[in-house]
Amino acid sequence: MVSAATAYLDHAATTPLRPEARAAMLEWMGDRFGNPSGSHTPSRAARQAIDEARDVVAAALGATAREIVFTGGGTEALNLALSGSLGARESASRSGGNLMVLTSAIEHDAVRNAALALVRHGRITHRQIPVSRFGVIDLEALRTLLMDGPVDLVAVMAVNNEVGTIQPIGEVVALVRQHAPGAVVVVDAVQGAAWIDMAAAGLGADLIAVSAHKFGGPQGVGALVVREGTSIEALLHGGGQERERRSGTQNVAAIVGMAAALRTTIDKRAEDMAHIEQLRNRLVDGLVSAIPGCTETVPRAHKVAGNAHVCIEGVESESLLVLLDDGGVYASAGSACASGAIHISPVLEAMGIAPSLALGSLRLTLGPASTDTEVDLALTVVPAAVARLRN
Amino acid sequence: MGMDRILVALSGGVDSSVAAAMLIDEGYRVEGATLKLWGGESDSGCCSVADVDDARRVAQQLGIRHHVFNFGADFDAHVVDPYVAAHAEGLTPNPCVECNRHVKFDRLLHRAEQLGFDAIATGHHVRRVPLAEGGFGLARAVDRAKDQSYVVHMLGKDVVARCLFPVGELTKAEVRQRATALGLRTADKPDSQDVCFIARTNGGRRTFLGSRIPLRSATVVDMAGATLGTTDAVELITIGQRRGVGVAMGERRYVVDVDVAGQRVVLGGPEDLRANHVLLDSLSWVDAPPRDGEQVLVQCSAHGDPVAATVRSGAQRLEFNQPTHRVAPGQSVVLYRNDLVLGGGIAQRG
Repeated sequence: MVSAATAYLDHAATTPLRPEARAAMLEWMGDRFGNPSGSHTPSRAARQAIDEARDVVAAALGATAREIVFTGGGTEALNLALSGSLGARESASRSGGNLMVLTSAIEHDAVRNAALALVRHGRITHRQIPVSRFGVIDLEALRTLLMDGPVDLVAVMAVNNEVGTIQPIGEVVALVRQHAPGAVVVVDAVQGAAWIDMAAAGLGADLIAVSAHKFGGPQGVGALVVREGTSIEALLHGGGQERERRSGTQNVAAIVGMAAALRTTIDKRAEDMAHIEQLRNRLVDGLVSAIPGCTETVPRAHKVAGNAHVCIEGVESESLLVLLDDGGVYASAGSACASGAIHISPVLEAMGIAPSLALGSLRLTLGPASTDTEVDLALTVVPAAVARLRN
Repeated sequence: MGMDRILVALSGGVDSSVAAAMLIDEGYRVEGATLKLWGGESDSGCCSVADVDDARRVAQQLGIRHHVFNFGADFDAHVVDPYVAAHAEGLTPNPCVECNRHVKFDRLLHRAEQLGFDAIATGHHVRRVPLAEGGFGLARAVDRAKDQSYVVHMLGKDVVARCLFPVGELTKAEVRQRATALGLRTADKPDSQDVCFIARTNGGRRTFLGSRIPLRSATVVDMAGATLGTTDAVELITIGQRRGVGVAMGERRYVVDVDVAGQRVVLGGPEDLRANHVLLDSLSWVDAPPRDGEQVLVQCSAHGDPVAATVRSGAQRLEFNQPTHRVAPGQSVVLYRNDLVLGGGIAQRG
């Protein structure tokens, strides 16, 4: 059977494993298997592997090794950041309860729903920081919110998962330090780590979350930077691993895979980004010119190189994605729930995009392995699918 | 019309699972779609996450592609909102009929055609039969106890032409046997019941409606107008109801009238519940409407027994051969010629 042409254009959902990560992981899927918490020779070898991985991740995120907590992914890291740091605040404060939490209106569900759960439990008051039409946080609105009363935690993502916009983390940190010096700043760098230097961008943030499978590492592993001096309470209790902040035997293979992927990502970043940006530009320009009523959702100046996001009038993403799948183009609409159904994106809603247009949103995200051939296929399949749906 | 690619609406239940398996056996190219209709609290219905999981696992077992389509906005607009509005007016709606009218067929068929399918199929117990004049109509299922022709009576001939109902030819026992023989995980799953978007726990219909419209008390009176007591939610009361009105009703007492605006519920004996006719509007026909003066069989609720009636005024009025229970306004009334579905309408006051 001749294998049909395909184009994997969903790197924001997950990325293929980088060969360097795979090689590093395979070492821990055979003869080497020690528990890093033990004291004998196999255990010490495992411990050394995660210690070295910790150094790599720490350097990439502008942190010290002691500040890195390995987790079972980005969602866990973000839940630990919110619940863990607010839990520590509640324990420290005599009054308890009613902490003020600000999150941007375009945060990922891992932050949004973690905050909503805390609201349901009566532990916090939650306010959203609005964003501009281009999906960038409104700093003046943040300033107003910060001056409106005591704030305990501010969470802002480094890069948005749907439209790819880069957020001004440095300015956010500066504003929080100026108006709410005691507040904790959480940065969701899950989509950011592949594209921007988080060691520089995350400077001054207290908690920074990353997820390996967004930059060529394996699924199910992530890390949280817990800045020295920031108190968190563990969500998982047990053997006291990760300096009492995340119990449970570490996933050694996944952790070394994450470190290898992150190191490769950073080493090749300049070269990869130039290549990806050129592909992305050709893809978006091609779609906009080939499809009437197709508009780029956000100007490229605000975005990372790998994100193409368009809204197409008169089609429904749900149908479009089925036809793209038929044509071998693997994309997403940006927002799906656990059952697989597509909802109107809260991100596009927060940006003030009309629901009729948001229903036709299409997210195509590229990565280091993307090729001109894939872009060519997308430029054939997407316009044909749109024409068919409009017919 | 040639049929090759079929999109089966997989609810996550046994009937639609077997429908898909039968069509695969018959050589069609089959894919499955589960409709996400309701994002609210009920997890009892046809669109809960658990049911989507079951549908996906069945599709995996059958080796077919599975889609999940979110028709939640259509479901709110065409099913849930009208259901609530009808109760506020003291009517007794059939939400399943409205869902089939607007969402499960109309919307899904459009989507299926966009995606290149020739037809859709569902697990409804109803038969697709050739009509004398050409084309296809609908007839009662082989399994009379499970017959669902009532809830799909609004499908026109042009829609029926593009729909398949494989399990209508089987008894429910045969459906379960086939599912068991195929090792389908849904083989022993209980039939769905009640209104899918209302949770059975947590107060059911009262809680659901009470959080959307004000529930108002009403005076309960007898046929002579004497006060018997009060009931706390007139919007929940239906003609023909025998329990739950809030007063002791005795052996042979029924709700014979509900006046929401006047906040009054009238109780009477079985003789007061009798009616000689029913008035219909919102009529729709599978094919040609029945002639005035024609004798038809009429089913006045989802599980009601058919009664004989004569068609008058283009079926805006049906005269029962024998006096029968008054039809609650808002209910769908379906007309049959023997087993053949003619179409139907919605019962009016008066």
